[in-house]
Amino acid sequence: MPKITVEDLQSLKEKSRVDVAIRRGDAFDALTPDEREAKHLLLCDGTGCQATGSAKVKDALREEIDKRGLGEKCKIIETGCNGFCAQGPVMVVQPDGIFYQKLKADDAAEIVEEHLVNGRFVERLMFVDPATKKSIPRLADIPFFSEQQLIVLKNKGIVDPEIIDDYIAFDGYLGAAKALLEMTPQEIIAEVKTSGLRGRGGAGFPTGLKWEFASKSTNDVKYVLCNADEGDPGAFMDRSVLESDPHAVLEGMIIAAKAIGAHQGYIYCRAEYPLAVKRLNIAITHALDYGLLGKDILGSGYDLDLEIYQGAGAFVCGEETALMRSIEGKRGMPRPRPPFPAHQGLFQKPTVLNNVETYANIAQITLKGGDWYAGIGTENSKGTKVFALTGDVKNIGLVEVPMGTSLRSIIYDVGGGIMGKKRKFKAVQLGGPSGGCVPAEFIDTPVDFESIIKVGAIMGSGGMIIMDDHTCMVDMARFFMDFIQDESCGKCTPCREGTKRMLQILEKITNGEGESGDIELLEELSEGIKDGSLCGLGQTAPNPILSTLQHFRDEYDAHIYEKRCPAKRCPALLKFEVDQDVCIKCGICYRRCPADAIEWKKKEPAYIDKNKCIKCMSCISNCPSDAIF
Amino acid sequence: MNGEIERNPHLTPEVMVQVNELIDHYRNRQVNLIPVLEQCQDIVGYLPVELQEYIGRGLNIPGSTVYGVVTFYSYFSMVPKGRHVIKVCMGTACYVRGIGEVLNRIKSLYKLEVGSTTEDMRFSLEAVRCLGACGLAPVIVIDSDTHGGISPDKISEILSRYE
Repeated sequence: MPKITVEDLQSLKEKSRVDVAIRRGDAFDALTPDEREAKHLLLCDGTGCQATGSAKVKDALREEIDKRGLGEKCKIIETGCNGFCAQGPVMVVQPDGIFYQKLKADDAAEIVEEHLVNGRFVERLMFVDPATKKSIPRLADIPFFSEQQLIVLKNKGIVDPEIIDDYIAFDGYLGAAKALLEMTPQEIIAEVKTSGLRGRGGAGFPTGLKWEFASKSTNDVKYVLCNADEGDPGAFMDRSVLESDPHAVLEGMIIAAKAIGAHQGYIYCRAEYPLAVKRLNIAITHALDYGLLGKDILGSGYDLDLEIYQGAGAFVCGEETALMRSIEGKRGMPRPRPPFPAHQGLFQKPTVLNNVETYANIAQITLKGGDWYAGIGTENSKGTKVFALTGDVKNIGLVEVPMGTSLRSIIYDVGGGIMGKKRKFKAVQLGGPSGGCVPAEFIDTPVDFESIIKVGAIMGSGGMIIMDDHTCMVDMARFFMDFIQDESCGKCTPCREGTKRMLQILEKITNGEGESGDIELLEELSEGIKDGSLCGLGQTAPNPILSTLQHFRDEYDAHIYEKRCPAKRCPALLKFEVDQDVCIKCGICYRRCPADAIEWKKKEPAYIDKNKCIKCMSCISNCPSDAIF
Repeated sequence: MNGEIERNPHLTPEVMVQVNELIDHYRNRQVNLIPVLEQCQDIVGYLPVELQEYIGRGLNIPGSTVYGVVTFYSYFSMVPKGRHVIKVCMGTACYVRGIGEVLNRIKSLYKLEVGSTTEDMRFSLEAVRCLGACGLAPVIVIDSDTHGGISPDKISEILSRYE
C-alpha cells in the first residue's frame, strides 16, 4: 500500500458512505433503494462477549447467511466492546437498529430466516425492560444506551477495530491531518486548553497545560507516552476503548506528539489485556502501511514511531515516574518530583504521559474545536466521562455520560437500579483503591472532579462499583487495604509498613477480635501514611478506610463492640444458625451446602450442624428469606 | 556457568536457540529487559535464576538487576507452573459478587494455596489483579478460557474439564 494523502483519506471516507449510512443512520435517506437493502450485523467481539461465545455465534451466522445466498447483502462486522458486557454475546442489526442479546449459535438460523429474510424481528432475543417486563427492540430505546452521550466511545460497536478503513470511514485521522498540515504546535495546545480537557487517569490535571510545559522544554529528543496500565480493580474503560477503537488512541498520540515535538512514543499496556495488545499491534501495523505513522506522515514532513510496551503486572506503574522507570527496564518505583516528566521524564528527556481515554478525546477536539468540547459538562469538568458500571447493578457495562450527571441518574436510569429485588442500594465505590465509598444519602451528587471529592471519594479513572446492603463496608476497606499493601512498591516505609499494619487491624476487626482503640489507631496511621509517602499510591492508600469511617462508622462499632457484622459478610461474626420463625422451609440451603451440614425435610425449617459447617457462606448467600444469621 | 543451564531439564538446546534469538534481537535496543523476560517466560514457562543470569550476560545487565526486576513484577514466576493455570480475578466487582467463596472452594477441592501447584502438576492457582471482565463477574480464567458468572457450585464441574 502506498502512503496516503489527506485527499486519499477523504476518498476512502466517501467510498464508505453507504456503510456509514447503514451503521449510523447518517444520510440514510440519500441512499438508493438498492443500497438501503443492505444489512450490517454488528456482532460484539470484545473480551466479555468472546468469553460468552461470540465466535461460535459468528460462525453459525456466517453459515446460515451463506446457505441462503445472502452474502452480498448481509455483512457481519466484528466490532470491539459494545459496552453492555453482562448481556453478551450481543449484536445490533443495522439499519433496523435492533439489539439482540445473550446469543447462542443455535439462534443464528432463526435470526437469519426471520429477521434477514422475512423482516420479522426476533422478540425472544431482545432486551427486556426489568421494570415493565416488556421487550425493547431498538438499541436507541434501551435506557442503558439512550441515556448516554458518546464522544470517546463514538465508534464502539460500529467499526471493526481491526480494519483501518472502517475507522477512516467515520472521520478517522482527519483530526491528525488537520493538526499536522494546518496547525502549529501552539495552536494545537491552545485548542486543547480551550476545551478544558482534564486528564482522565484520575488526577484530573489540565491536559493542555501539561502539553505546554513539555513543548516549552528544549531538547532534541522528547517522548509521548500512553498510560494503558489500567490497574484499578473494577475498571475496564481503557480496555474497552483499546479493544473497540484503537486508532482513536493512536490519532490522539500523533496530535500530542506534534504539539510537544516528539518523534517516538510508547503505549504502556498491561499484559492482562491480550486482546487490547493484539488490536493495538494490528492498528499500528495498518497505520504504518498507510503512512499514518512512521516517516513523513500524510506528507507533512512529521515523523512519529509508536511501540507497544507490555507491563509486567505492578499497580504502582500507573504512577507516571514509576511507569517511565518500568519502560527503562527497571523496578517500577516512583521518584520524587520535581523534576516533572515534562522536563525530565523517560530516559531523562521531556515526556508527556496521558491516559487512554484522554487521548481518545483529542482527535475530536482538534477537528471540532475546543469550544465545542467545552460546551459539554460542568464549569470545571468539561466533556464526558466513561465509567465501568459494575457490582450489584442490573445493567452492568460501559457507560459514557456528560460530566455533571448525577450518580442517581447513572445508577438508576442507565444502570437500571439494584439487581436483587429485595436488595437496597447502600453505596457506590469510586476511584478504586485511591478512592472512597459514597453512601446512599449522597446519591444526587453530580459526577465532576470537585463534587466527588466533597463527598469523600475521587473521580478516579472511572471504576464505579455499586454495592447493595449485603456488602460489609469494613470488609470492603479490608479488601482494598489487602490490595494496596500487596502493591506498595516498598520504597517509602510509611506506605510499606503502615498499609500492612492497617490490614492487620482490619483483619482483626473482621475476625471478631477488634478492640477499643483500633479505630483511633487506624486514623493515626492514615495521617502518617498520607504525609510520609512519595507517590499517589501511598498518599491515597488510607482513603478506603477514611471514607468508610466517615460514612459507616456504626458498622465498625458493630464489629468491634457488638461482635456483629450487620451485612452478614464476615464469617467469624456469624453464628450460622437458622431463625426458625423467618425460615420459609424451601430447602435451598440444604441443597447448596457442600459439607452436608444442613438438615432439612419438606415443610420443616432447616437446621445447621455446626460441627460439620465449614462457614463457606453458601447457605447465607443463597437464602431467599435472610433467615440465617 | 553454562553447566547450570544444561542441568536444568526445562532449558533444552531447542529452547535456548529461541532465547538466544530474542537476546540478539533486543541486544542493541534502548528498551529491552522486560520484553525479553516476558517472552522468555512464554517460551520456558518460568524464569529460573540461571536463565536470569544468562539473559543478563546477553544484554550486558548485572544478574542482580535482572533478579530485582523479576521479583518486582507479579507477571514473572521463578517456579514452574502446572499444566493448567487457574487465575482467580480479585477485582472489586468480582469480590462484591462473591469470588472469595469461589477461591475457598478451589483451595479445599484441590488442597491448593494461592501461588502453589498441585503435586501432580495439574493445576496452578493464582489470585490475579482485575482482569477487566467485570461485566461477567465473578470471573476465573483457566489457561486462556474466561469463565464468567461462576459460583462455588459450578467450579468443580468446570475444573473437571481440564485434565
